[in-house]
Amino acid sequence: MSTQELMAELARRIPAERLLQRPAQLAPYESDALTAFRSRPLAVVLAETQEDVIQTVRLCHRYSVPFVARGSGTSLSGGSLPVPDGILIALNKLNRILRIDIDTRVAVVEPGVVNLDVSRAVAAQGLYYAPDPSSQLICTIGGNVAFNSGGAHCLKYGMTANHVLGIKAVLPDGEVVQLGGNSLESVGPDLTGFFVGSEGLFGIALEITLRLLPKPERYRTVLAAYSSLAAAGNAVAQVVASGLLPGAMEIMDALAIEAAEAAVHAGYPRDAAALLIVELEGEEIQVEAEFAHLLQVIESSGPDEVRVAVDDADRARIWKGRKSAFSAVGRLSPDYIVQDGVVPRSRLGEALATIERLSRKHELRVANVFHAGDGNLHPLILYDGRVAGELERAEVLAGEIIAMCIELGGSITGEHGVGMEKRQHMPAMFAETDLEVMATLRRGLDPAELANRGKMFPGSEAPALHSRGPHPLEQQGIISRE
Amino acid sequence: MQKQAESILLTPESNDDVQEILRTHERLHVRGGGTKTALCRPADGAAILATSGLSDILEYEPGEFTFTARAGTPLREIEAALAEHGQYLPFDPPLVERGATLGGTIAAGLSGSGRQRYGGVRDFLIGVRFVDGQGQLVRGGGKVVKNAAGFDLPKLMIGSVGRLGVIVEASFKVFPRPQQYGTVCCAHTTIRAALEQVARLNRSAFDIEALDIAVEDGRPVTYVRQGGLASTLGARQEALRNWLGSGDILGASEDAAIWQQAGDFAWLPPGAALVKIPVTLNSIPLLDEFLAAANVERRYIAAGNLAWVSWPHDLAELDAQLTQRELGGLVVLGETAWPFLGARTGASVAARVKAVLDPHNRLPAL
Ligand SMILES: Cc1cc2nc3c(=O)[nH]c(=O)nc-3n(C[C@H](O)[C@H](O)[C@H](O)COP(=O)(O)OP(=O)(O)OC[C@H]3O[C@@H](n4cnc5c(N)ncnc54)[C@H](O)[C@@H]3O)c2cc1C
Repeated sequence: MSTQELMAELARRIPAERLLQRPAQLAPYESDALTAFRSRPLAVVLAETQEDVIQTVRLCHRYSVPFVARGSGTSLSGGSLPVPDGILIALNKLNRILRIDIDTRVAVVEPGVVNLDVSRAVAAQGLYYAPDPSSQLICTIGGNVAFNSGGAHCLKYGMTANHVLGIKAVLPDGEVVQLGGNSLESVGPDLTGFFVGSEGLFGIALEITLRLLPKPERYRTVLAAYSSLAAAGNAVAQVVASGLLPGAMEIMDALAIEAAEAAVHAGYPRDAAALLIVELEGEEIQVEAEFAHLLQVIESSGPDEVRVAVDDADRARIWKGRKSAFSAVGRLSPDYIVQDGVVPRSRLGEALATIERLSRKHELRVANVFHAGDGNLHPLILYDGRVAGELERAEVLAGEIIAMCIELGGSITGEHGVGMEKRQHMPAMFAETDLEVMATLRRGLDPAELANRGKMFPGSEAPALHSRGPHPLEQQGIISRE
Repeated sequence: MQKQAESILLTPESNDDVQEILRTHERLHVRGGGTKTALCRPADGAAILATSGLSDILEYEPGEFTFTARAGTPLREIEAALAEHGQYLPFDPPLVERGATLGGTIAAGLSGSGRQRYGGVRDFLIGVRFVDGQGQLVRGGGKVVKNAAGFDLPKLMIGSVGRLGVIVEASFKVFPRPQQYGTVCCAHTTIRAALEQVARLNRSAFDIEALDIAVEDGRPVTYVRQGGLASTLGARQEALRNWLGSGDILGASEDAAIWQQAGDFAWLPPGAALVKIPVTLNSIPLLDEFLAAANVERRYIAAGNLAWVSWPHDLAELDAQLTQRELGGLVVLGETAWPFLGARTGASVAARVKAVLDPHNRLPAL
């Protein structure tokens, strides 16, 4: 069997303590944050150098064994789920910041660098890395690149793709390529942008050149409480239409507020049906003038209460509540499904009302905490897998929300990616030709379909088991989501 | 330059027409508004597919800050429609007044000085439809501002120069346009001093709309453009000038004129080719040394991320110099059979993509 030869070759190159093969060692890697899927890899390679990754990929190619890259395993769509009997290449230890150039505002990092560590490394110089997924304390830049991850502050300056200038990658057949470079501009097709969002199907990023931004001189943050979710959604449309360009615009509903309060005591108004957070950023005098305008727009949107962050600590509290809300909601229920659909921003109110209706219809609680400014919903459908029929109802409800997003002219995923989870919805969004061309492009880079086989494309097999409960790493106390 | 044989001109009016043309013609060259002259020269025997008949704004919902238009739509038309609602294309496409089209701008991958603030054309394109080299109509991306479903095919079209497919339709996100603009300009004695000022601005928290270094009669001048609410702009300009330590404040009308000229390359001497060269603050000094010696006009835009270079001499010479400095370039205006100069990254990936999207090489080589 070729897998035996592969393992023998790997053992020659990778020290035993970084080549995991025993079931107990493999267990923590069987799932990502979409715990409904679980599968056991043949082995896990804990890569420490780029050469480790390149050699492993080349061996996988030689022996035709599929592989999956894994950062911190926080994917919510099953993107880093291992292929059964394939190799999982863990990149957490490939985490050096290789170069920081303050004058040109660029950082070159290895893929295992944790998102927030980039901002930390340049904070003293007044710079930061803009995309801020709620998971930024643990998720890696490599994972962010694979999913084109976003965050609360992606409204003005865009998501991961807008901040990646260059990528050195090993393609699935072992060729090492450099895409893009150190400049914001390029000539020829934007291959860097094409690699971003490829969900690990184009190979493994080894070095990523990131654009840094100067920290804004001033932030102004306002919190508005509404008596319905639809009212908060309509307020977003009004802010967007007002011509203001906020850095962030987020909504949380009553369940999310309750959960966030229980978790971090953010001081949110507890009786609100929905909270809207809007933040402006930029030069002080400009922001102050815009803020006065923003408050007028908010006032005219019919809020029950408006609170303005008075200082940095106040602002930090507001954001702590928002960023922890997601995992806090998870604690309200033994199980949940997260959706990530997008709708046109002008139709948010309508979309949220539909979700409320669907929630009542299926008798399942749905919590909403999401990136309202770009129309990116995150309904969390709460269910109890021990109650017969609840999982099935939750899945039907999730499907109906996705169908609504497509019907409104939106997308099945804004930032969590297709992964395992949304493969079956791809044909609702793209025509057969679109998907066929994407599949052919994939085979152009990976004829044997070794990289992350079974993900993104509908109908491709990738056996998985249904299970429930928190992430295996969380169960073992290795990671936590705060 | 040799006189060329006349090419057949095809003017499809529908996506079906474009598909039909791709299926029935051996060799094609796509042309939008024809403003990027260096990219519009078909090889002998290739028919020209002009997108002029594919011109229309299909959807524009001002409250949504997105629009969808057909590829041949002149940017002038799009900018006018957006301006009615106080919106604009933040990537500031060049050659608008000369007749540049939406599709041509995507395919050439061109952004202007205003890309400094929020990003380039790649950062605002959210969806495309294109006809590939086999005549298939393909869609990638979507019409909403955020979308992670499927591979990012729109990015492949950016800079593809009509060699991977014929863009027929594109969706963009747009932003509210600043109420008012103003510019502070500073003359410098050396390029190093100008670059140092740009680096200093990069380390600052000023919100800057455009940051160019123009080399005028051998003297570098930095142009720092601010924009925003009319009520605060004056104070912000003062603050910027004080922080810079020197400089002239240009008012609204002067500001509009200089940036309009920059977008039209008014500084380009007649007959010279115009070359786009991605650079960084670190690679400019060595490049500028050569360009100064060659005595050519040049402008470094977007805080030293892009050099626009006028080249009246043999392009082979520039090609060699760029290769040596590991820089790449694209000839945008002028006459050349092959627009790519200098070093290229990702050539093997580009070749693999080309083999998939245009396996019979109906479109020019990439
Ligand atoms: C509590 C919580 C909150 C979250 N909030 C957000 C949010 O606000 N916004 C958001 O966008 N996402 C969010 N996510 C989802 C997740 O954090 C992101 O998708 C993140 O980018 C994944 O990073 P990771 O390091 O965990 O990657 P993994 O889960 O390990 O991998 C993700 C994908 O990337 C691929 N991959 C990993 N490294 C590489 C590499 N070097 N080269 C190529 N492919 C690679 C994997 O194969 C996989 O397909 C959240 C998740 C959780 C659990």
